[in-house]
Amino acid sequence: MSELDAFRTEVREWLEANCPAEMREPIRDEDDVCWGGRNFKFKNAAQKQWLDACVSKGYTVPDWPKPYGGAGLTPEQTKVFKQEMKRIHARSPLDSFGIWMLGPALLQFGTEEQKVEYLNPIARGEIRWCQGYSEPGSGSDLVSLQTFGEDKGDHWVVNGSKIWTSYADKADWIFCLVRTDKANKYQGITFMLFDMASKGVTTKPILLISGNSPFCETFFDDVEVPKTQFIGEINRGWDVAKYLLGHEREMISGGGAGGDMVSIGGAFAKAFGKNAAGELDDPILRAEMAAFDVDVFAYRAMGERFMDMWKTGRAHPASSNMMKYVGTELNKRRHELVMSGGGSEALEWDSAETKGGARARGWLRTKANSIEGGTSEVMLNVIAKRILDLPGA
Amino acid sequence: MPLYHNEDQAMLKDSVAPFVAEQAPVSHLRKLRDTADATGFSRDLWAQFTDMGLPGMLVPEAHGGLGMGHMEAGIVLEEIGRNLTPSPFLSTGVGAVAALAKAGGTQAERWLPAIASGEAIIALAIDEGAKHRPDRIATSATRSGNGFRLDGKKSFVLHGHVADMSIVAAKTDGGITLFAVPKDAKGVTVDPRRLVDSSLASHVTLDGVELDADAVIGEVDAGGDILDALLAATRTGAAAEMVGVGQGAMDMTVTYLKERKQFGKLIGEFQGLQHRAAHLYGEMEVARATVMKAQELLDQGSEGARLMVSVAKAKAGRAANLAVREGVQMHGGIGMTDEYDIGLYMKRDRALAEYMGDVHYHIDQVARMNGY
Ligand SMILES: Cc1cc2nc3c(=O)[nH]c(=O)nc-3n(C[C@H](O)[C@H](O)[C@H](O)COP(=O)(O)OP(=O)(O)OC[C@H]3O[C@@H](n4cnc5c(N)ncnc54)[C@H](O)[C@@H]3O)c2cc1C
Ligand SMILES: Cc1cc2nc3c(=O)[nH]c(=O)nc-3n(C[C@H](O)[C@H](O)[C@H](O)COP(=O)(O)OP(=O)(O)OC[C@H]3O[C@@H](n4cnc5c(N)ncnc54)[C@H](O)[C@@H]3O)c2cc1C
Repeated sequence: MSELDAFRTEVREWLEANCPAEMREPIRDEDDVCWGGRNFKFKNAAQKQWLDACVSKGYTVPDWPKPYGGAGLTPEQTKVFKQEMKRIHARSPLDSFGIWMLGPALLQFGTEEQKVEYLNPIARGEIRWCQGYSEPGSGSDLVSLQTFGEDKGDHWVVNGSKIWTSYADKADWIFCLVRTDKANKYQGITFMLFDMASKGVTTKPILLISGNSPFCETFFDDVEVPKTQFIGEINRGWDVAKYLLGHEREMISGGGAGGDMVSIGGAFAKAFGKNAAGELDDPILRAEMAAFDVDVFAYRAMGERFMDMWKTGRAHPASSNMMKYVGTELNKRRHELVMSGGGSEALEWDSAETKGGARARGWLRTKANSIEGGTSEVMLNVIAKRILDLPGA
Repeated sequence: MPLYHNEDQAMLKDSVAPFVAEQAPVSHLRKLRDTADATGFSRDLWAQFTDMGLPGMLVPEAHGGLGMGHMEAGIVLEEIGRNLTPSPFLSTGVGAVAALAKAGGTQAERWLPAIASGEAIIALAIDEGAKHRPDRIATSATRSGNGFRLDGKKSFVLHGHVADMSIVAAKTDGGITLFAVPKDAKGVTVDPRRLVDSSLASHVTLDGVELDADAVIGEVDAGGDILDALLAATRTGAAAEMVGVGQGAMDMTVTYLKERKQFGKLIGEFQGLQHRAAHLYGEMEVARATVMKAQELLDQGSEGARLMVSVAKAKAGRAANLAVREGVQMHGGIGMTDEYDIGLYMKRDRALAEYMGDVHYHIDQVARMNGY
């Protein structure tokens, strides 16, 4: 216990000395997020300074082993590290599909050479990744995917198209599910990695209801992929894909806990004013907000328990589906309340005061939470089948 | 502390769970109910609880107890909930112990060892109306001779009719004071009522009850903190018991979904029911984590405990209520029969939901603690 306390002190001092004041402010818009990558433009000097400091300590991926760019922290130390980051409201130094999704899959399935080659640049924020899973005909039923890689001896030639590829136009590399055996549904998919600058790769942005277009249709036209660039085994990419989806869900479900905004009602009481009893001046909205607060605090406890159990191998493998379902539904509810709380101001779409309609756009974006990474309905199917063991599910 | 049971706690669960399931399954409750048992619980069972050291779990070792925490008490309460076991464990072993241990002094010396040895049943006389409103206590304690005189009415006093002592919260000149009112005190009238879940709770009338000065638990006017400790412990305990009730109902229901056939299929194959069962599972897991978090914070004496206790009582209340409603509905017609157990879960949930503040009360508390 005292060793952990000493670690806490060490982290606290390091953060005090290295986390710039600008990086202790809540994330306000997409611009504030550090994605890294070949073409990333830092918003300001503090953002770069913070990333560099964390990279040098392995703190962009604190629980990864040191040889792969991490700090090699134990689960307990990682928990302390996160608590200390939260305590000073430190921003994440680096957000990345490489960290959230590909990294854990590489740690699990990659060869030693692959780990060294791919994980270090992820930890340093040098390569930005995107995820090529979904296809126009294959969403929830992902295993029906058709993009095909033809075997040419030392390489594959990949043809097909992907859809909903988030940030495909900004990404440097893609991790991609490709059918390599047409006869075998589950055991005919290979998990490949390739450079988005490869010949034959094109992307086309898709405009969302939020007015933004973070994702793309992605087309592969005779793209050559060296035979060394796959993870796991050839034709067994589905195992890797499923493992990775577990981590993706973990990441998406984190939204439910709502970052810095501890109590939604507390934040809105100012705007609404309070009545003589000191209560928020709309009793029905107050009740809804308070009920929501209860659910957020409860969900946070679940998040803590889930992490404690997950990291020590106690969690049911499908419990990430449950976290994803509960967390994303909660996050959607949060943003409905944010819109109610904001009133007519929250409707403004492009004014400077509303930071370009950040609330309205954020609200619309959250509607994807219960779709991306597997829909809520699919999560419930998985819980029914794998946890509750219901028949025929 | 990680939010799962450590080895010692897991061992405790491994001994308590089969014990409660064997000695006091739902049929035990049925028997007490069908014989209109006037005690409301089995003294024999309480003696077995005592043999296992359960009433004294939270009692400090110096007073003859085991000095355990809320996390451990919660393990017992969950099993009590799962089996619908009638017992004074929550009021006596959790609520009363929390108050007496916090207060110390002569009443603690007198009662804590008696609780640990299984001799004393203690009732908590807090509420005065149909709803839990501890900030509106009107029962008065006025100075009289070298002691006090109590006047007022209490309601929903579980085990009030058999308790060896009742902890009575009353108003004094400068605040709240808690009193230890012994069984045979003059001027006390106890009127037990059978509740929907077959338990017995009393209306208690205090009519010029004369008490010595040393009947005060803690200090005069300074009972607020002790009452808070009593409420935090009892609410968290009730929440743990509700997790047990909800889990018991959910397990029965999921089992039924795998057995009952309609339209030539097991009804568990219908996605309409699968999704509701899966949703319920998520709610139960969140409630369980929340209750554990509240227990952890209470055991650490943390500042955040107060908020988390209300969150836990509200969340466990919502989840258990969903479990019993879905339970009856998914059982179809058979769920409406007295013979089938699921209805008993619904009744128990209703009683626990009211106990020490319902969902709405605690949601309101959360809003207040968050400043709106
Ligand atoms: C913002 C966003 C970002 C995304 N980013 C990426 C990305 O980077 N890379 C990537 O590969 N993909 C990405 N996706 C795609 C995402 O994974 C899919 O949208 C998702 O899997 C659902 O597939 P679909 O859209 O084809 O819906 P469909 O599968 O067509 O589903 C339509 C509706 O039917 C329901 N449904 C389907 N099957 C069942 C069933 N068996 N039982 C009950 N209900 C069912 C669904 O729940 C849904 O409500 C992203 C999506 C969004 C919205
Ligand atoms: C108080 C009461 C009075 C009654 N009076 C009469 C009467 O006078 N005469 C008479 O003939 N009957 C009577 N009934 C019987 C009543 O009509 C049946 O209980 C009802 O039709 C449901 O059938 P079940 O109880 O067998 O439930 P089940 O059919 O076994 O259903 C169990 C659960 O599975 C669900 N379920 C079943 N099939 C599906 C499906 N395909 N998709 C999704 N969910 C499904 C049900 O909705 C239910 O939640 C009465 C019932 C009650 C409770």
